[in-house]
Amino acid sequence: MIRLTAITRTFHMGEQAVYALNDINLQIASGEYVSIMGPSGSGKSTLLNILGLLDKPDSGCYELDEKRVTDLSETEQAQIRREKIGFVFQSFHLVPRLTAAENIELPLTLSGIPSEQRQIRVNEALQAFELKQRAQHRPAELSGGQRQRVAIARATIMQPSVILADEPTGNLDHQIGAEVMTLLENLHHRGTTLIVVTHDRELGARAHRQIGMRDGKILTDHTDDAG
Amino acid sequence: MTLVDTLQTSFKAVLSYRLRSLLIILAMALGVAAVVMLTALGDGARNYVINQFSSIGTNLLVVLPGRAETSGSFLGAVLGQTPRDLTLKDAQLIGRLPQVRRYAPLNVGEAELSAANRLRAVTVLGSNANLIPIRHMKLAQGSFMAQGAGSNAQIVLGAKIAKEFFPRTQAVGQRIRLGDSRFLVSGVLMSQGETMGFNTDEIVIIPIDYAQTMFNTTSLFRILIEAKSHSEIEPAKQAVLAAMKQSHDGEEDITVITQDAILSTFDRILQALTMAVAGIAAISLIVAGILVMNVMLVAVSQRTAEIGLLKAIGATSADIRRLFFAEAVLLSMAGAILGFLLGQCGSLMLRLAFPQLPAWPPAWATITGIMVALTTGVLASILPASKAAKLDAVNALGKK
Repeated sequence: MIRLTAITRTFHMGEQAVYALNDINLQIASGEYVSIMGPSGSGKSTLLNILGLLDKPDSGCYELDEKRVTDLSETEQAQIRREKIGFVFQSFHLVPRLTAAENIELPLTLSGIPSEQRQIRVNEALQAFELKQRAQHRPAELSGGQRQRVAIARATIMQPSVILADEPTGNLDHQIGAEVMTLLENLHHRGTTLIVVTHDRELGARAHRQIGMRDGKILTDHTDDAG
Repeated sequence: MTLVDTLQTSFKAVLSYRLRSLLIILAMALGVAAVVMLTALGDGARNYVINQFSSIGTNLLVVLPGRAETSGSFLGAVLGQTPRDLTLKDAQLIGRLPQVRRYAPLNVGEAELSAANRLRAVTVLGSNANLIPIRHMKLAQGSFMAQGAGSNAQIVLGAKIAKEFFPRTQAVGQRIRLGDSRFLVSGVLMSQGETMGFNTDEIVIIPIDYAQTMFNTTSLFRILIEAKSHSEIEPAKQAVLAAMKQSHDGEEDITVITQDAILSTFDRILQALTMAVAGIAAISLIVAGILVMNVMLVAVSQRTAEIGLLKAIGATSADIRRLFFAEAVLLSMAGAILGFLLGQCGSLMLRLAFPQLPAWPPAWATITGIMVALTTGVLASILPASKAAKLDAVNALGKK
């Protein structure tokens, strides 16, 4: 359950203040599949960063699972990112010097989970995302699709309640992109809230709820009847 | 993030950037090795000098005629004239003092030594039987003025001289001519080589009264005294001064030098030298520390995207800080250990190359060297680590 109330975020470009987010009110229920669309500069990435607690709003209130997270300390926010939120990035953001398995293991390590348990969970994830053969390869030795699968495995290893995907197929060709989307949608089918930021209309249309943004404001908010 | 995981993660980073890590470790290691080796050299020189001084005697005092004074009207010592000479009677008086274990009057001169058809000039020491134990000399054969043979015309030859004059026969018991007198060889010194620039292998020793006759003098060059114990050195000095003042009509016209005083002066000078050298070497450690800082700063900007990602997947600022901190500490530690080993190897090579020099690195220097290396490493990593921790996640992720 996500509730944003009167969220504002401004950036300063020289003398001028630019509203990246202007009085955003938004509610997303648990298990929803939402796409956020809009041209570049519309504020969709900023919204995602705020939802992921990577960025702080200048004003407004953000509640996650009935808890005000806006006022939490940096350490507590890090804990929420660790336990409740999984990020999937356009450029994958894998650590180049670590193997696929080690990349997937990172969130578990950060949480201080003992090594034996980590190995079990990483192995399960490698199995689930068909990465078993590639476990000991570094990102440079993996294809784009494999890299994004590693990134998704990493984002989901802590079993977060929300997956935030920022242009997850932006660096992939059409077919591989579709495969990656299927993986993400499978997570949604298992009850995870999935929020995808994209400027690709076709991709955005796959979501049950489509939010359109422009100039830091929500322009459209459309929910499919079927969803 | 647990400590073990932090260390492991940092260790992986150290291994991943091999060349960079190697260069930092090398810089650190050279600094530590320089401290270890230079202090080994300095301390070795100190021990060498102290050994040399100690080898000339134990609890030794030397009485010289004349008084070195920088004020007052008495200029005798400076001008080389003294109103009163040291005499054998003075020496005997000193010998009776309770603080004195034994004494040896000493005259030094040069004379021609001849036997068979060989002839050479030698340094002649005139003294009594005590000279040998006081000066820590050892006889290889025979004796010198053994009990009951006090006034015999005995002569002790240095090892090299004995070999030169009697290459095939035993020297003891042979007759030899020194100047105009004939002597009976009663002993041969053990070869000791050179100490303090004085080679005991090329001297001869004769009884003091023969020496005084030979050199036509009644005054003594020195009186060597061995105090009863280390704590008696200073009382002995005072007693000697008092006794001589009394016998010289209230005039303080002798100088007493204690081996101890010379020793501690040299000890202080060379200790200071060692410290100075160690300080100079420590500068290289600080340079290495700045290098660590520089390299870690580069690492932070190189890994900006990685830091952003770690934050996104839930690393706290403290986690990030600790990761970079641990990395710098690991690098410094590896450098310190390698430097310690290098320094020990270097000191070993010094000892092998110069066997006389006891070039052992002192423990304090080794420990200080390693501690300074670790401290500079840790201090140098504070800035880069906190810079990494403060990075804004959104901006950091945007970089690639």
